[in-house]
Amino acid sequence: MYNFEFEKPTTVAEAVAALSSDEAQALGGGQTLLPTMKQRLAMPEKLVSLTGIADMKGVSASGGTLTIGGGTPHKTVADEATAYPALAALASNIGDPAVRNRGTIGGSLANNDPSACYPSAALASGATIVTNAREIAADDFFQGMFTTALDEGEIITAVKFPIPEKANYQKFEQPASRFALVGVYVAKYAEGVRVAVTGASEEGVFRWTEAEAALSSNFAVSALEGLSVPADGMIGDLHGTSEYRAHLVGVLTKRAVTAAA
Amino acid sequence: MPKDGGIGASTKRREDVRFLSGTGNYTDDINLHNQTYVHFLRSDVAHGRIKSIDTTVASAMPGVVRIFTGADFEGVGSVPCGWEITDRFGEKMQEPAHPVLAQGKVHHVGDQICAVVAETLEQARDAAEAIEVDIEELPAVVDMKKALEEGSPKVHDDLTSNLCFDWGFVEENKAAVEEAFQNAAHVTTLELVNNRLIANPMEPRVAVGDFNRGTGDHTLYTTSQNPHVIRLLMGAFVLGIPEHKLRVVAPDVGGGFGTKIFHYAEEAFCTFAAKAINRPVKWTSTRSEAFMSDAHGRDHVSTIQLALDADNNFTALRTDTYANMGAYLSTFAPSVPTWLHGTLMAGNYKTPLVYVNVKAVFTNTVPVDAYRGAGRPEATYQLERVVDKAALELGVDPVALRRQNFITEFPYQTPVAVEYDTGDYNATMDKLTQVADFAGFAARRAESEAKGKLRGFGVNCYIEACGIAPSNLVGQLGARAGLYESATVRVNATGGLTVMTGSHSHGQGHETAFPQVIADMIGIDASMIEIEHGDTDKAPMGMGTYGSRSLAVGGSAMVRATEKIINKAKKIAAHLMEASEGDVELKDGQFSVAGTDKSVAWGDVTLAAYVPHNYPLEDIEPGLEETAFYDPANFTYPSGAYCCEVEVDPETGKVTVERFAAADDFGNVVNPMIVSGQVHGGIAQGIGQALLEGAAYDENGQLLTGSYMDYAMPRASDLPFYTVDHSCQTPCTHNPLGVKGCGEAGAIGSPPAVVNAVIDALRSAGQDITHIDMPLSPARVWAAMNNA
Amino acid sequence: MSQVTMTVNGKTATGDVEGRTLLVHFLRDELQLTGTHVGCDTSQCGACVVHVDGKAVKSCTMLAAEADGASVETIEAQAADDGTLNVVQQAFQDHHGLQCGFCTPGMVMSATALLKENPKPTEAEIRHYLEGNICRCTGYHNIVKSIMAASGQDVDSIAAEVAAQ
Repeated sequence: MYNFEFEKPTTVAEAVAALSSDEAQALGGGQTLLPTMKQRLAMPEKLVSLTGIADMKGVSASGGTLTIGGGTPHKTVADEATAYPALAALASNIGDPAVRNRGTIGGSLANNDPSACYPSAALASGATIVTNAREIAADDFFQGMFTTALDEGEIITAVKFPIPEKANYQKFEQPASRFALVGVYVAKYAEGVRVAVTGASEEGVFRWTEAEAALSSNFAVSALEGLSVPADGMIGDLHGTSEYRAHLVGVLTKRAVTAAA
Repeated sequence: MPKDGGIGASTKRREDVRFLSGTGNYTDDINLHNQTYVHFLRSDVAHGRIKSIDTTVASAMPGVVRIFTGADFEGVGSVPCGWEITDRFGEKMQEPAHPVLAQGKVHHVGDQICAVVAETLEQARDAAEAIEVDIEELPAVVDMKKALEEGSPKVHDDLTSNLCFDWGFVEENKAAVEEAFQNAAHVTTLELVNNRLIANPMEPRVAVGDFNRGTGDHTLYTTSQNPHVIRLLMGAFVLGIPEHKLRVVAPDVGGGFGTKIFHYAEEAFCTFAAKAINRPVKWTSTRSEAFMSDAHGRDHVSTIQLALDADNNFTALRTDTYANMGAYLSTFAPSVPTWLHGTLMAGNYKTPLVYVNVKAVFTNTVPVDAYRGAGRPEATYQLERVVDKAALELGVDPVALRRQNFITEFPYQTPVAVEYDTGDYNATMDKLTQVADFAGFAARRAESEAKGKLRGFGVNCYIEACGIAPSNLVGQLGARAGLYESATVRVNATGGLTVMTGSHSHGQGHETAFPQVIADMIGIDASMIEIEHGDTDKAPMGMGTYGSRSLAVGGSAMVRATEKIINKAKKIAAHLMEASEGDVELKDGQFSVAGTDKSVAWGDVTLAAYVPHNYPLEDIEPGLEETAFYDPANFTYPSGAYCCEVEVDPETGKVTVERFAAADDFGNVVNPMIVSGQVHGGIAQGIGQALLEGAAYDENGQLLTGSYMDYAMPRASDLPFYTVDHSCQTPCTHNPLGVKGCGEAGAIGSPPAVVNAVIDALRSAGQDITHIDMPLSPARVWAAMNNA
Repeated sequence: MSQVTMTVNGKTATGDVEGRTLLVHFLRDELQLTGTHVGCDTSQCGACVVHVDGKAVKSCTMLAAEADGASVETIEAQAADDGTLNVVQQAFQDHHGLQCGFCTPGMVMSATALLKENPKPTEAEIRHYLEGNICRCTGYHNIVKSIMAASGQDVDSIAAEVAAQ
């Protein structure tokens, strides 16, 4: 790693101030950033740890909304998001236990890795990403792989998930990294069904609107018959062609509907 | 039941205590006073000409002690290859120089260009980034067949082509094999790839070089399976250090699997640099570095053909194999696709005619060398896949086809030079039939199908040649070393023993198993026996651990030395008991005289040896310490039969191993618990090869699988419990323990069983699929099912 | 450089670290606690697992500075002062749950964390929990068996293992 200055503020305001300098970067659980830095692929001059900010941790549910502090580790979500079981289940399968003890939802969403799990949950749930400065709808937040609507120095302080009637996440793991080769999150709300896909697209997480329309009128596997996402634009690599990923999107969506129903 | 602590007992491992409590002593745990750290600047292109290296800025950076470049190694020896192959036409193989630091050109991604020695590792890395290296990138060649085409880029300018050698075996049989194919009732042909693997012991390589200017003594601490071999190769061929001035220590080593056999440039660098700067120099590989600097394994492309007569008897076999050597010849690389592969092509079968052609090819990739099994998995995979395919084509039961062609009489002279001493292939197949519950498969398939899964059943046999190896034989075959082993048994005055062995334990449990043998021979408690290994200053000349040779060769040396000890101790005992030496018996740690009540204890005799007050000094020397060298008369031939059951998800192509059973014949077994563990680990690596692992390069020679993010290591959730049986035992006839070796069997025997099972599963759904290349990843299986 | 202070295996440990110093290097290089190993650089192998404030973490993916004020427990503190192995360690020895020993400290620390959460895990739960601990030697068979045994489950009936007699 390149060397850097380390700061660990205890309030959001202090963190925002610390991040205002050039080349400062926020550090969540570090489960992605630190390996990246070990490869010397990132060289912040200052790392501002968010793990000391008590206000950014915790899970609470009220009025049909589950709110998770941006600094909440996956393990806490897995244990405490009982009001939203599909999300808790997703959190319990990210990485491995040690990663889940450190990695945070805010860190995952801010990084927007194209094969991360959380972005699909946020997008399929129509979540709201709360930052120190504003609230951003998930539909506006994800802007392509590793790209989000966050400004420099902006911190995800919380994420608000409307709790669906039914939901399920299906992850098909890439054999080596165990990230999602394809992951599909299906969430059924009174106003309609949302389907978000991670791992598959060169544009990062996306909504499969065709499936959403079909499932909104009939929440059943049969509604998906004949639907498929085009292979064009899907990732093709050592672990699967774009055709394979497109195929998996269909398979996993059906499985998610079956599991949610 | 064997008595606890002796041969046949599942004695718990004594070494576990230190490993479980965090007090092991691995090479990276060693830190010397005034130590420096080295970071290697490695090539990021697969092939290139170094136009200039400017270290001016880097040299002035904080903490930098010295920066070494290729210029510092002009006149220093080349990292040697330990095996020379003579080709079909009587010519010697082509052998490129392998410099410690690049001399003018780089030949693969990861090739070391410069070495920065600094006060801390991060300072060395910081400075390495400030070195300006101007490299003219040259066209690279990765694909073996393309590398042999006219006009292909040459990996080495000074070689005539990228062909290392073109080997034929047995060349004299070639015409007869051709004729047998012409007369065959049926010929089965299969083209297949034995995927490139990366051994990935969990401990990355580490080297610490030290030099004592006062005495001129060099010391190298290194993660090696064979410190004596490193001392010889590095001392004699690279650095010109006589062996008596060079000590090589391989302390606790965190797994080897072959990739820690070889002598590596980093070891030579640390030894060289420690003298140059007069300070210890430490290198610790990162995992990312390991992917591009540890020798890789396998990487064969083969066409195998089996000829059968009208009664389904195998009449001839031939294979054309391309074997990737990578950019340089690693220590044992040429032996792997030749003598460790061709000599096994008879397998368990009485095929009378075999011809093997191997073209070894240089490419701009990391050198390829032995990985667990080394050559024998490549032979087994081809054979056991082509036999299964033949059974498919002929519409016969694959197990019955195997049984029909089994060798049943021993010793058996194969048509590929080796002579199997013992074996009983029907016995292991019978045992497998029982422990794998062949009879229950139909019901299990029905259960799987009810869940929407396809279930497949795959069986294969294997034979391997290990206990490597008779020196006079391997010398004829091109080995540049002897492959004996040695042991010194030092008995202490109070009766305890220290055994210094040239074998090296890096997970195999020698510290527990070796004493079990001596405990039985003398009749004392195993806790009185200590094993020392891994230090050239302590052990006598040794050749180390690979080729499942530790017990068969190293253990035999220990037995021979212990026999010498016992013989001498009997002389002393005879004197003490005033009896004739010929009448003295040793049992349960007591010497006695037959037909009398005279006896003396082991400890009385050992004490007398060192306190020789009442002692026949005129006849025998005091002391009780003996050394023996053991050179095996033949290879050993473990064999067995393996069975795999898989489920395939027809929607995703994902394969899961549901059951795996192994019935092995290892001859006599010293510690069944350890033997089972060795088989478990081998099976996991074999399943890993079959389903998960595969190193891949792009066409420019960039490694696509450079970390665990892309190289799929088997995890606990990928694997089932295994059923492992080694009750079929036909003891080896030519070593004193009757043991055959068990370290590699699992990795040799398991890949074909897995692939056979997947093919069976897919065919059960009406798919006309006869082969898929490893690894059978979900994407590949799905593509095969969908012609995608 | 800045100073960090943490409790390691029950004792206060203080040292100067750079921002980039990883917890594992602080443990190994500053405190000479070399039982914790580094087997990869992508946070996957788990040889470096220690407990920080009672939770399993990968000490190669945590800054030493992040552990300032925390309580850290490593493999060195698992056995009793007289060297007697604890239940998990003993089960690994009894059931041959290790070979080369390099992944073992991480395995033991992960297994211990699992059993704290789930005192009687099933085979499948154990295998799932070990997602972040790679072993190259054992094929996991005896590791899973060891952990089941450490939780008091009968392991004699697990997968037939017909030893040579």
